[in-house]
Amino acid sequence: MFNKDRWEEILEALTANKFRTLLTAFGVFWGVTILVLLLALTNGLKNGTKVSFRGYAANTLFTWTQRSSIPYKGMPKGRRFEYQLDDIEAIKSEFPQVKYISPSNRLGGYRGANNVIRGTKIGAFQIEAHYPDYIYQKPTDIVQGRFINYSDINDSRKVCVIGIDVVKSLYDKNEEVLGSYIEINGVNFMVTGVFKNPNSQGDEEEEANTIMIPFTAFNKSFNFGNQVDWMVITAHDEYRITDLKEAIFSTLKARHTIHPNDDRAFGDRDTSESYERIEGLFNILTLVGYFVGALILLSGVIGISNIMLIVVKERTQEIGVRRALGATPWNIKLQILQESLILTIISGMTGVAFAGGIIWIMNYTLDKNGPVDNFANPSVGMQVIVIALTILVVSGLLAGLIPANNATKMKPVDALRTE
Amino acid sequence: MIEIKDLHKSYRMGSNSLHVLKGINFSVKEGELVSIMGSSGSGKSTLLNILGMLDEADEGSYVLDGVPIKNLNEKIAARYRNKFLGFIFQSFNLINYKTALDNVAMPLYYQGLKRKERVEKAEYYLEKVGLAPWSHHLPNELSGGQKQRVAVARALASDPKVLLADEPTGALDSVTSHEVMDLIQGINDEGKTILIVTHEQDIAQMTKRIVNLKDGVIIDDSPVEQVRAKQYV
Repeated sequence: MFNKDRWEEILEALTANKFRTLLTAFGVFWGVTILVLLLALTNGLKNGTKVSFRGYAANTLFTWTQRSSIPYKGMPKGRRFEYQLDDIEAIKSEFPQVKYISPSNRLGGYRGANNVIRGTKIGAFQIEAHYPDYIYQKPTDIVQGRFINYSDINDSRKVCVIGIDVVKSLYDKNEEVLGSYIEINGVNFMVTGVFKNPNSQGDEEEEANTIMIPFTAFNKSFNFGNQVDWMVITAHDEYRITDLKEAIFSTLKARHTIHPNDDRAFGDRDTSESYERIEGLFNILTLVGYFVGALILLSGVIGISNIMLIVVKERTQEIGVRRALGATPWNIKLQILQESLILTIISGMTGVAFAGGIIWIMNYTLDKNGPVDNFANPSVGMQVIVIALTILVVSGLLAGLIPANNATKMKPVDALRTE
Repeated sequence: MIEIKDLHKSYRMGSNSLHVLKGINFSVKEGELVSIMGSSGSGKSTLLNILGMLDEADEGSYVLDGVPIKNLNEKIAARYRNKFLGFIFQSFNLINYKTALDNVAMPLYYQGLKRKERVEKAEYYLEKVGLAPWSHHLPNELSGGQKQRVAVARALASDPKVLLADEPTGALDSVTSHEVMDLIQGINDEGKTILIVTHEQDIAQMTKRIVNLKDGVIIDDSPVEQVRAKQYV
């Protein structure tokens, strides 16, 4: 179908009016460029948002208690209640799908009353109690020393892991942090590690001003008994935490004498649910990218169709001559179709290459100037290129169809007579 | 070579119908050089178009080299045109973005010949019309006479049975007209059957037989004493 002669014929015809060919090609070129760029930008947003989600293990549920909203079994509504340590054990034994479950407590707060003293320095920090598994649920970079371990929990060791801003507030430069003691609400804790959050969603400052203590030591030191402020539950990868959520809450409702329909008694945040919502959002964005890009491409394709119609009109006599010399209608149609196809594909692929160049520059700039919030690594996959090529082939053929038919509609005698 | 019986053709113009050919009977033997004359509107071009399978007759039969030409679809008509006929037009009708050589090679392209063969044949025919040195020139770099000679070479390229020339000298001055006619006579001398539509008496005198058309019928069909164009060149 595409031997050397064909190519020559097509190239001759296309280069016969270079400027017009160029202008026509630009429509498709631009359409494809925008299509690819839109998809790449969507991808960049998606990648960027995924980076900020890296701060949390996906498939994780954070839950805390609120007040009951329905009176139940003689209990009034508006009743306060707290999770207890045995809730953790109960969920662990009842739900084998759960990979990690860690109870947490909190005391005081950043920007609250001063609660930590070290020598002459004092400060107000967020004090949190955690289990060792917590580090897998909310990834935390340990900059120095170590995180809380199970020996700390079992022995209720008074140790702590402190945020980098705590170090800044309580320590002089180059002062040894590990092994030093700080006084939290009148109780001394030894610093065993310094952490930094790789990523946070707006809580960066607060998280850097946090001190983490083994859960058992915390509860004993500050008289929390078995109370649990909130717990973090992660399911095994093959289960969705969103699916388990309801069953877990039913168990908790039964254990705390909460009405089965009282959904307001517990607060929760489900990372997999919000992750999926974001995923869905980006799927829609991608779709919009395809849609808008395809529409712009369409106007380019219509441009090609239009110009091919003019070309056919202009070359009516030439087509008549060719037919007098023995060209069959199919010969003529094929030539018009091929011209339109080649024009579309070449200009489209130039568009892909151009968009590729822009994407490369974007990535280069991003690499050089460091990461930007919610935007990372704009790119398109090979499959987008394949889809773009398919769209181009189909639209090139469509663009040529009407002109090709017009080319052979006239009788050769009338075509020849045209001036 | 050509056998026409009772050929009718009319054109519909709105509600009127224009009867252009009113029963033409006419035959041409191999090796003849025939001119078809007539004033404008006499139907001579219509006749040539039908002979050239560019148009179809309403009635009557047409046999070309023993092949009945009727109810052709465009595909077969294209093949027959390519195989049987060579066209020479008044306005040359060369493709202006192709070199002389490529123009001559065009019918061979549609015959499906390989590139090398096409170039060889095209060069041979360009040589024959004396334009070998111009083979890589574009039509707009050639004079009118040269263009028509390229067109003649193109018409010859597929080695057709019959050459059909529609006012081949219509756009040329008398000197180049005679040059072209000399070329055509030479080709006829080699045995090619040629039909020329013209309204110029002196061109018609250079053929071997004049067919006079008036109002769609042949009023006169007689052999003439051929005037050789050579003497004017």
